[in-house]
Amino acid sequence: MSDLTATAPGRAAPRMAGRVKAAIILFILFALMPPLASALDDPFYVLIGTRILAYAIAALALDLILGYGAMVSFGHAAYLGFGSYAVAILSSYGINDLGLQLLFGITLSAVFALITGAISLRTQGVYFIMITLAFGQMAFFFFISLSAYGGDDGYGLSERSTLMGIDILQSDFGLYYVTLALLIAMFVLCHRIVMSRFGRVLTGIRENPTRMEAIGYSPFRYQLTAFIISGCITSVAGVLLANQAQFVSPAFMSWHRSGELIVMVVLGGVGTLTGPIGGAVAALLLEEWLGALSEHWRLWFGIFLVLMVLFSPRGITGVLERMGIVRTRQ
Amino acid sequence: MTGLDVKNLSKSFGALKVTDDVSLRVEPGEVHAIIGPNGAGKTTLISQLSGQLASDAGSVSIGDRDITHLSMPERVKLGLARSFQITSILPGFTALENVALAVQARRGSSFRFFGNVAGEAELNEAAMSALAEAGLDDRAEVLAKSLSHGEHRRLELAIALATDPKVLLLDEPLAGVGGEDAEAFVSRLQTFKGRFTMVLIEHDMDAVFALADRVSVLVYGKLIATGKPEDVRSDPAVRAAYLGEEEVA
Repeated sequence: MSDLTATAPGRAAPRMAGRVKAAIILFILFALMPPLASALDDPFYVLIGTRILAYAIAALALDLILGYGAMVSFGHAAYLGFGSYAVAILSSYGINDLGLQLLFGITLSAVFALITGAISLRTQGVYFIMITLAFGQMAFFFFISLSAYGGDDGYGLSERSTLMGIDILQSDFGLYYVTLALLIAMFVLCHRIVMSRFGRVLTGIRENPTRMEAIGYSPFRYQLTAFIISGCITSVAGVLLANQAQFVSPAFMSWHRSGELIVMVVLGGVGTLTGPIGGAVAALLLEEWLGALSEHWRLWFGIFLVLMVLFSPRGITGVLERMGIVRTRQ
Repeated sequence: MTGLDVKNLSKSFGALKVTDDVSLRVEPGEVHAIIGPNGAGKTTLISQLSGQLASDAGSVSIGDRDITHLSMPERVKLGLARSFQITSILPGFTALENVALAVQARRGSSFRFFGNVAGEAELNEAAMSALAEAGLDDRAEVLAKSLSHGEHRRLELAIALATDPKVLLLDEPLAGVGGEDAEAFVSRLQTFKGRFTMVLIEHDMDAVFALADRVSVLVYGKLIATGKPEDVRSDPAVRAAYLGEEEVA
């Protein structure tokens, strides 16, 4: 018994280790992409890559509550909006520091998540999906009517953010690597949360809320905290997307965008953290390629998605597990 | 040692009175069995006592503390724990993790976002000893969903023990357990006598008469008798309502 407790037992441990390895491989591939793209004389891919990595952060954040907390938020694009408008609003006051923009975006998101989460979490299942959708749409229409920042037309940014006074983000390479660094940081953060005391309680509530109450936990407090953390991390993706596009508009926060985030999580593998990163890559690359092939690309993407969900409910992660590439559960 | 005081507790679902003006005093340290035919409202009563179900009227106190308006988690913190008739566990967690979560609820904050919980020896050791008391320590690393029915019943018990109860509400702990397993389970419960107060709902009369200090009989939501097992066994009203029925069947 003593050596058993000393070796840190836990169902999550061996499977998680496999996923961390998969994530590290992904991060190495991401790091190698820009030099490869310039060698192939196709630097346009660096800008697409930045977009993919930013969405990967948002998908990762959504997986924290969708995968580990069974909270299907259909309004998560709102936090992309808060992040990107934080950039626009501060830049209109001449503030271009990335750190301050992140801080502002995260603060806005925390407040919005606290208020809307506290109300939404009084419901469950389909009602939770619908009420988060409604709050997402409220944020969407708020920014549409915000004429000081272009309303429906959006707001162009004359320059990218600076990092502690250095304009490292001016080059596409710089922006890409800063985005990658933030993705890695957010992955480490989410992974540690999932493995922590808090993460175990959150996962327990997903598995059986009544049992959790019967051993002394009030689910609401833990779910709301996770909801806020997820919103804050998603806003980081918004700050980066604004820099990538040098433009912000309410389109960032439309409900289609919220749906795409859910697709990325489901496509990659719910409740795996690494999977949704892969899901973001797969969804956005398919969008690029299928979009180039046919203007009806959404149809083909839809068929692909249906097949994926039918034959591999655990998404790309499930496919890799079956091929023995990623360690499966014991 | 803490007792439980129930006064005029009621609960209706529509026109159906499921709990009808139940008053009951469970003495500190005693094992108090609640028996009754199917549909008598035993599980509803346990759910009201544990706070899972709000009562329409009446009060519940643990020791001197009125807990009528407290939520289930708040009651657990005061030492009132329950087990479930229909196994209620975390299927994707190992047996050890199921129990460790119950330990965690009373040891330090669960708002810790860093540090690997699986490596917390303090939690794992307490969980292992609860598992050992329930006779499940050799299956600690098995996913809960892979355990047998009998093992699920023991896991229910281990989780309840790990909450460190002052008063433990056991809702048919022997449900679906038979033969030697049932005997072993009863002798395990006997070792807890005197450590905490127990309210026991059970259909297995051998178990009830082996464990209970006092027995209350619930019929259609009403308590019709309370007393020593042998007195209740010979009570004519009880025989008519419950035991007689069993004998006929």
